Order: sequence, then C-alpha cells, then structure tokens
Amino acid sequence: MHNFTPISGFAGGALIGLAAALLMLLTGRIAGVTGINGGLLQADTTDRSWRLAFIAGLIAAPLIAALCGAPLPQPVMNAPLVVIAIAGLLVGFGTRMGNGCTSGHGVCGFARLSGRSIAATCIFMLTATVTVAILRHGLGG
Amino acid sequence: MQLLASFVCGLVFGAGLLISGMTDPQKVLGFLDLFGAWDATLAFVMAGAVAVAATGFAIARQRAAPAFSVRFLWPERHDIDAPLVAGAVLFGIGWGLVGICPGPALVNLAGLSLPIVVFVAAMIAGMFGHEFRRRRATAPPRSIANTPLPSRADG
Repeated sequence: MHNFTPISGFAGGALIGLAAALLMLLTGRIAGVTGINGGLLQADTTDRSWRLAFIAGLIAAPLIAALCGAPLPQPVMNAPLVVIAIAGLLVGFGTRMGNGCTSGHGVCGFARLSGRSIAATCIFMLTATVTVAILRHGLGG
Repeated sequence: MQLLASFVCGLVFGAGLLISGMTDPQKVLGFLDLFGAWDATLAFVMAGAVAVAATGFAIARQRAAPAFSVRFLWPERHDIDAPLVAGAVLFGIGWGLVGICPGPALVNLAGLSLPIVVFVAAMIAGMFGHEFRRRRATAPPRSIANTPLPSRADG
C-alpha cells in the first residue's frame, strides 16, 4: 500500500461531508453531483441557477488552489481516448438511470441510511471492482 | 443567498475531493484494484464524508426549514427497482474503466487536459442520452401504461 494516505483522505472526506451537510442545512438540497448536473440537462428544469453555482464552485476549487501555487489537475489517464469516451458515456447514462453516483448515493445515501442508496453503492462498487480485476488481472495479466 | 451558499458548498466539496486525492483516477483505481497494490484511502474518504454528512443531516432533521429555502427536499424513494440496479451496474463499469466519477470529472475539468475533456463531453452525452430515452418512454402520444416520471431525488 505505497500510496496509502489515510489522514488526507479522512480530512478531505470530512470536507466533502461538510459540503453535503451545509447544502442541506442552507438550501435543503442533496449534494449529489449526478442529480445537480443532470437537472441542468432537462428541458423542464426550472431551478438552473443554484445548480450552475454548485458546479462553478466545484470547478473553481482547483483554480483557487492554483492561485495559491498548486498545479492545475492533470490526471494521469492511461486508457486510449476511445475507452475514456466509452467510460464517460457509461458513467453519464448509468448515473442518471440509477439516480445517483458516489456523492448522492455513496456519501449522502449512506449518511441517511437509505437502503436504496446503499444497494446502489454496493452494486457500483462491486461492478467497478470486477471491471478493474478483469482489466488488470484477467486479460493478459 | 441560495446561490452563494450553493457556490460555497461546491467549492468546499471540490476542495475535499482535491485534498482527499479522489481527483486522481490512479488513486481511485488503486482502491478498486483488490488484487493489486491495494490503496485503502477511498474507504477513509467515505468514512470521513459519511460521518460529517450524517451529523449535519441529523441537525437538519431537528429543524423546520433550511436557512435560505422554504423546506428540506429529502429524497422520498425507498424502492430498489430495475433502473437503479441497471444504472449502478453501468456506472460501475464506466467508473472501473478509468477511475473517474462525476464529481472528480468536473473538478478535473479545470485543468482542461484532453482525456478529461473527452470524458466530460461523453458523460454529458450519456446524461443527454438517458434524458432522451426518458422522454421517449414517458411521453408517447397514446401510452397505455402511464409510467410515472422517474424521481430525480436521490442525487
């Protein structure tokens, strides 16, 4: 476990939880990135402005960090672009179909002890784990 | 005030993703790779996030209304239906392929690297694809089974 960083992980996680708690306490909404983002794409959505504000905050976080000297995020993604595109399609379609992702189902759902969200989280964790196992150890591994 | 609050929450959420390392797909894949050099960090991120969120939600349950809005919009659905399961399966496959989910995708978008731009464009196309399918399924001119609109309440 050479990359294991439990302290910064727990601290960053606490901030994510704080953001979810504050969004509920201040605006009464669930901090689910899929729902917030997906709602923007629906023709019948009437509350676009707070969604845009939240997403602007997400994107502003690394920009403000860059002003303080941190590098802009340039994640290492080794997969070919076509695989990245397929993954993006699956993530976009799947999260909307399942009504949530790691934030809405994972963080907020677990915090509410929602059986529906806990089931969804277990399923996507399991299929993601199986996908990685096949890619890294199953095919030519 | 709602807008400012939403922006600040997005900012804190993004900062949390950056500090926790979850914007790095290799770190996420390190957690999902149970048979490699397993990196348990994501479990600590989840533990921290769920503990603080649960505390905040417990406080919210004691209150009559949020600070800047008329009521709390708690998700109301409890059923585990086929779209939930199928959606989670598809999402899990996509997440396992590259190690990026919607939150970190948007935070990473600030760096404008080509793989992330491709991923976010495809993710939005996928979301549009689902919206298109939902509209076709729920608004035919003569529908016999009057399917209710799927709730978007979970997040």
